[in-house]
Amino acid sequence: MDNRNEILALMAEAVVEGNRDKAVSLARRALAERLDLHLVIENGYVAGIQKVGELWEKGEYFLPELMASAEAMKAAMTLLRPSLESSQAELSSKGKVVIGTIEGDIHDIGKNLVASMLSANGFDVIDLGADVKLGIFIERAVAAKADFICLSALLTTTMLNQRRLIAMLNDRGLRDRFKVLVGGAPVTRQWASDIGADGYGENALAAVKAAKELIARGAKP
Amino acid sequence: MIATRRPKTELLSQALVDKIIDEALIVLERTGVFIENAEARKLFREAGEAVDESNSRVRISRKRVLDSVESAPGVIKLYDRSGDKEYVVGGDEVHFDPGSAAVKILDHPAQRERKADTSDLVRIARLTESCKHLHFQSTALVSSDILEFIADSYRLFIGLQFSSKPVVTGTFRVEGFGPMFEMLAAVRGGAENLRLKPLAIFDACPSPPLKWSNLTAQSLIDCARAGIPSELISMGLTGATSPVTIAGTLVQHVIENLSGLVIGQLARKGSPIIFGGSPASFDMRKGTPPMGAIETMMIDMAYAQIGKHLGLPTHAYMGLSDAKLCDAQAGIESGLGAALAALAGINVVSGAGMLDFESCQSPEKLLIDDEICGMAYRLIASISQREDPLALHLFEELGPESQFLTSPHTRTWYKAEHTFPGLADRDTYDAWLAQGGKPMAERAHDKAEKILRETAPNMVDESVRRELEQIMLSDARRNGVSRLPAVRG
Repeated sequence: MDNRNEILALMAEAVVEGNRDKAVSLARRALAERLDLHLVIENGYVAGIQKVGELWEKGEYFLPELMASAEAMKAAMTLLRPSLESSQAELSSKGKVVIGTIEGDIHDIGKNLVASMLSANGFDVIDLGADVKLGIFIERAVAAKADFICLSALLTTTMLNQRRLIAMLNDRGLRDRFKVLVGGAPVTRQWASDIGADGYGENALAAVKAAKELIARGAKP
Repeated sequence: MIATRRPKTELLSQALVDKIIDEALIVLERTGVFIENAEARKLFREAGEAVDESNSRVRISRKRVLDSVESAPGVIKLYDRSGDKEYVVGGDEVHFDPGSAAVKILDHPAQRERKADTSDLVRIARLTESCKHLHFQSTALVSSDILEFIADSYRLFIGLQFSSKPVVTGTFRVEGFGPMFEMLAAVRGGAENLRLKPLAIFDACPSPPLKWSNLTAQSLIDCARAGIPSELISMGLTGATSPVTIAGTLVQHVIENLSGLVIGQLARKGSPIIFGGSPASFDMRKGTPPMGAIETMMIDMAYAQIGKHLGLPTHAYMGLSDAKLCDAQAGIESGLGAALAALAGINVVSGAGMLDFESCQSPEKLLIDDEICGMAYRLIASISQREDPLALHLFEELGPESQFLTSPHTRTWYKAEHTFPGLADRDTYDAWLAQGGKPMAERAHDKAEKILRETAPNMVDESVRRELEQIMLSDARRNGVSRLPAVRG
């Protein structure tokens, strides 16, 4: 029991420290020792990422720490996920996200931040990269039965494509199937509401919060 | 008479300048840059540079880069609407212009940002025209009452009508260059006249790190062929889209600028290019690009020093602020930025009027910044020997009143030596109170209203205006818009 609590604490610590190697080697150990993966994730890694969120809120953590923690979390989860699926343990996925930087825009740092944080917070993230054609967003979201489409834009010019994507969803009668979240430097709450997006986050953690709130308000799953 | 010493501030040692350039040349040769535009890649291929079509990466030899630096002009001349007034962009000449392409305007009565429309574009253009220390105008605002797709040509359409100053602008779409070029040529009386006397600078922004999008590379090519100066706007964010150290970010800045310069020189040898940018010290807490950070200004001053070392005209986004209102922060950041830009001898300094990370223009701040720019000009005009002796004779002539107020020397020199602000408050407390006890932004608002009310717009000739309107209308119609918003002076 003590041993198990100790390893869970170490997993949380690895995420808090943003120590990718440590997070991965602990995940390997969990698999080798056939630990309860549900427990490992919820009480180990997720506990860590929650602590990271608190440190961010308190102003102690800055973006480099946040990203390092998200990367450590992601690396551990990548290792655990196949075993988790084969053991059919219940992993409470928060939802499936298709994310990308919109057509015409090749900036992807903000989108990468959001993708990492969503993934670290238990969302199943499909990252389409940058300069993603509007049609591709929709095709991939339909194919993956995604819950969310997340659109990033850095430029005031390419931001306009966020509006076009929502119009395309409407035209194809698909608007109700997805929650659309928008973000990026020029994007404001007002813009999000003007174009009829479902949510907006001014930074990566706010995006996670917005997605979680939408789920709490009854979006599937 | 002793020559006046022009103050100049350089942050980098020559050894560091050389090292930054050397590393940039190594990266250009070994790693190269991503160039999305097929025509640009073709230019590189034809010039014998290494182009990898599988990933659009172009490696540029050291010799090619250095030859391009050599062939780009060290001095560019811009001319106002009349073609009579000449502005030298090069050496240590400093020209201020409003920060460009804001999507919002600070509504003074509401003290909140809102979308800008045609009437705001007109106001900003007219106020810029009135600002003595802003030598250039810029297409400072993006109008929300026109189809977004044609917002690039539309803002130039408004600016050219209401201000006679040379204009800093740029395209939002590949197709935008055509109508924008036609408008400039219409004002100048033909494409050849425009080539001889440039009226505009086009900004081209690489995407950090080390990428040239289709649009920006096309703009470089189109401008080079038309003889329009391109201003390269590299905008790395330290630790996010560029190395976190300032020296490391400078390496990236030089790589991006030099690769843009080569595109321009390949499109037409000798085409005018301005070594510029809008990088920022990325805020690791807020994830924002603060333009008012001292480190941002340090990056600007340093790359400008490198640009000068390469013998190129320079540009920076300085003299602007991240504040949301015309408050103390706006004054601190804009004042410091404008003064440092002037001390660094940066040729084109964009930023006046700008708030909120280059996203918001303020008419009030524009007028305040004009005054800041006046202070910066006075600073670099420096301290001169006006007479010989300097003052010996004054003390010999000093009468029983023991004052200088009635001395002819005072009347001769006071206006040349001292400037008089229009907005900064130098009243006694009681006098200030008697005039309403208003803060500076409020006084700036009153002044803006007065200028707009009492000064007739400096309109382009009616025949040219009609030509501009036809060009704008055709552009609009090609994009499914049949009518333009009403434009009132």
